[in-house]
Amino acid sequence: MKRWLIWAPLAVFGALFAVVAAGLMRPADTAVHSTLVDKPLPSFELEPMVPGKSGLASTDFGRGTPHLLNVFASWCIPCIAEAPQLMRLKARGIPIDAIAIHDKGPAVVAFLRRNGDPYDRIGDDSRSRVQLSLGSSGVPETFLIDGRGRIVRQYIGDIRADQVDQIVRDVAAAR
Amino acid sequence: MSLVLALALAAAPAAPDLGNTQLPDPHAEAQARALMGELRCVVCQGQSIADSDADMAADMRALVRQRIARGEDPSQIRDWLIERYGDYVSYDPPLSGATALLWATPILLLGIGAWIARSSFRKRR
Amino acid sequence: MIAEGGLAALWFAATLAGLQLLLGVLALRHRHAAGEQAMAAIGPVAIVQGALVAIAMGALIAVFLATDLSVALVAENSHSAKPWIYKFAGAWGNHEGSMLLWVTILGAGGALVAWKERALDRPTHVATLAAQGAIALGFYGFLLFASNPFARLNPAPIEGQGLNPLLQDPGLAFHPPTLYAGYVGLSVAFSFAVGALVTGQVGPAFARAMRPWVLGAWVLLTIGITAGSYWAYYELGWGGWWFWDPVENASLMPWLAATALLHSVNVLAARDGLRAWTVMLAVVAFSMSMIGTFLVRSGILTSVHAFAVDPRRGAFILALLALYIGGALALFGARIGQVRAGRSFTFVSREGGLVVNNLLLSVILGIVLIGTLYPLIAAGFGVRLSVGPPFFHAAAGPIALVLVAVMAVGPMLRWRRDQAEAVLIRMLWPMVAAAGSFALVLTLSGGMGVLPLLGLSFGVGLIVASVLPMTQRNWRRTPLPIWGMVVAHAGIGVSLIGMACDSAFTAERLVALYPGQATIVGPWRVELNRIYPNVGPNWSALEARLTATRDGVGTVLRPQQRFFTDPPTTTSESAIATGWDGQLYTVLGQQDAATGRWQLRLWWKPFVTLIWFGGILVALGGALALVGRWWKAWQQRRREALWG
Repeated sequence: MKRWLIWAPLAVFGALFAVVAAGLMRPADTAVHSTLVDKPLPSFELEPMVPGKSGLASTDFGRGTPHLLNVFASWCIPCIAEAPQLMRLKARGIPIDAIAIHDKGPAVVAFLRRNGDPYDRIGDDSRSRVQLSLGSSGVPETFLIDGRGRIVRQYIGDIRADQVDQIVRDVAAAR
Repeated sequence: MSLVLALALAAAPAAPDLGNTQLPDPHAEAQARALMGELRCVVCQGQSIADSDADMAADMRALVRQRIARGEDPSQIRDWLIERYGDYVSYDPPLSGATALLWATPILLLGIGAWIARSSFRKRR
Repeated sequence: MIAEGGLAALWFAATLAGLQLLLGVLALRHRHAAGEQAMAAIGPVAIVQGALVAIAMGALIAVFLATDLSVALVAENSHSAKPWIYKFAGAWGNHEGSMLLWVTILGAGGALVAWKERALDRPTHVATLAAQGAIALGFYGFLLFASNPFARLNPAPIEGQGLNPLLQDPGLAFHPPTLYAGYVGLSVAFSFAVGALVTGQVGPAFARAMRPWVLGAWVLLTIGITAGSYWAYYELGWGGWWFWDPVENASLMPWLAATALLHSVNVLAARDGLRAWTVMLAVVAFSMSMIGTFLVRSGILTSVHAFAVDPRRGAFILALLALYIGGALALFGARIGQVRAGRSFTFVSREGGLVVNNLLLSVILGIVLIGTLYPLIAAGFGVRLSVGPPFFHAAAGPIALVLVAVMAVGPMLRWRRDQAEAVLIRMLWPMVAAAGSFALVLTLSGGMGVLPLLGLSFGVGLIVASVLPMTQRNWRRTPLPIWGMVVAHAGIGVSLIGMACDSAFTAERLVALYPGQATIVGPWRVELNRIYPNVGPNWSALEARLTATRDGVGTVLRPQQRFFTDPPTTTSESAIATGWDGQLYTVLGQQDAATGRWQLRLWWKPFVTLIWFGGILVALGGALALVGRWWKAWQQRRREALWG
């Protein structure tokens, strides 16, 4: 048997160890990111979710001003947690539209009454069709669409209080 | 006339929930079924959409069935999803620079193994 | 008090494991009086160590049975309203407890080696026990410093958080202990290999001593994997029985290595060939067990089956792995040069067949390992991807089929050298059977996939080939290990047919029905009679009464949607009707909000049970071989005792 072949198993294990150790060092990123960031918003058209508020279509974006597109649901607990942050963003003059996932009109009305209503328009995405076309993998998620109708950022999970200032800067940069 | 139409519409069954019911055409359903087994559920992480109870998996199944029923090719649907979620969403890693080593594994291992095993045969006799 | 007693026993056991290692080193360093004393002491120390860790495990089971909520582990993973069997099995239905079970079986294995193993020469025996002590010491350290199962909670909560409902199944009482016992049996083979590398005694005697341990471990692994697959099949509720999930792969890899080892150890025992390779495989088999444990615990790969994860613990286990596997491989590199090359042989021979078997099994092992780790490798370069069934089927499937062909031919080959033409003639009937079933299935169902079609015909051919050696033998005089081989090989064929039938012939029906409506799946007419509530000890459920009728004979099935409050989870409990020719698998889904109809998932799976029946046959074959070896050893000892 060749000399070096005897040491090959140890070398293979060493390589394996390096891979796994590197995997362990890296902070675990289990979030699934949309690969549509920096690409145009896919076209869609959704019926209104609640009475008195219009539905949502992709043509509502890209008219010069950046918008936030919030993906939420009335049955989603973290969505309640992020509601105050959305209200603050709204108060700072950022337009926010939404799509509601797997939801019913009365439930959304009740949700908005309880947690505040930061939305200009809400589309009814009962079978997650638009959510899937955005590359979104859960609620809540928020997309930043720039004035030309491109997705420039995706915020996964509920927006925390310490993210608000950064988002305001992101919106300003997307103008 | 319009009244009759309205009645007919009301009586028509609600759109079938394609996340949990099959397509009527067995060939199309088999195509959809095969594709669903190869797509990763993006909320459950460790399961294909064909094996998951999650709502999102049902929505993804519905999407696959609708598009198959519309006559789309399974590879087109896969590409559509990869465009949105990256290669992560497909359990069948597409051949590329990043996966070349993976797909070469069987041949490499067979070659190395045969080369090592050869030495145990040749000596004497 | 019980918890503290358990912790104390664990500390003592750890100390003794350290002592075991120390004594072993002493005994091998000093050949004189001190060495003799150390050699005499190491066995008893190993036995007491095994007893102490068993006491610790007993203490953990006791606090779980009593639902002592002041123990953090009990509070986090148990609940007073749980049936006693899940309190008992719940002791290892969590990270800490399962690690304790792992070292308990490790300790028991060490004690058994000290007590019963007589076939090894003494220095190798001592070195083996020292290696066993070293492995145990590391895992005791892991338990005591990073995963203490006996930690207290103050104040104690008034109720526990409950056990994951997916684990509340009789499978939990059975599957992990069996699998772990298999892993740990491989630790003995590992320690044997390390011991033999230290003393340089690699030969037929070493192989004969190691063989029963490898066989035993392999039987347990086979049972564990078969049981785990069936458990996942009925519990997860989608009719799948193997998902190529990292955790499943983690149990498959040691099995593949152990299967290869099982065959190479026979070559070493019978023909004194494949010396270095057998030692290597013994190291690899247990290394795969540890890597499997690590993958499951570290959370670096996502899986449906994993417990709660913690990267710090992962780092601890990874350090242990580096120490043990790296150490053993370094020892291999340093010492294997001193082991003489074994005997050689021609390609067409029993040995040649076994080498090809080993080669193919190792290649499949490599494919599974790389496929499982590849997402991690890619992530290191910033690429996110998934590797799943399509890759494993395409990459490992064809090789597995070649392996099946080799399995069919192997037992018909003569040792040392054989004639290729003669072999072909001997293989006539299996080839006819395989070709016949290929043609038959092809004409009966044209639209079948290539892999299932080949799987089916290779399976039939393998069964015929497996029983072929028995046609030329006197059955009464045939040794049990030969029977074992025949049964195990036929079992693989049976399992293969089951897999092919499931993937090719399964009929699926996904419908939404009102009570009173019926549907058709395969040869069955299934009627949804009614939906009603039901309650259990710690769950409530919506249950469907289904009447399934086939050829005028009815069967009642009761699938459930089960709601657990601790922790709040909904599970689908499938209901399965088993017939001689397959299973009707039924699942109750949700109620459709718009129409009020109930979703049902129905599958008719012809011959699916053959998958697990084949697995049982394989394990039975291994058990027969094991009993045969024991019997022979016992007879030999009796003869020696009689004739002095």
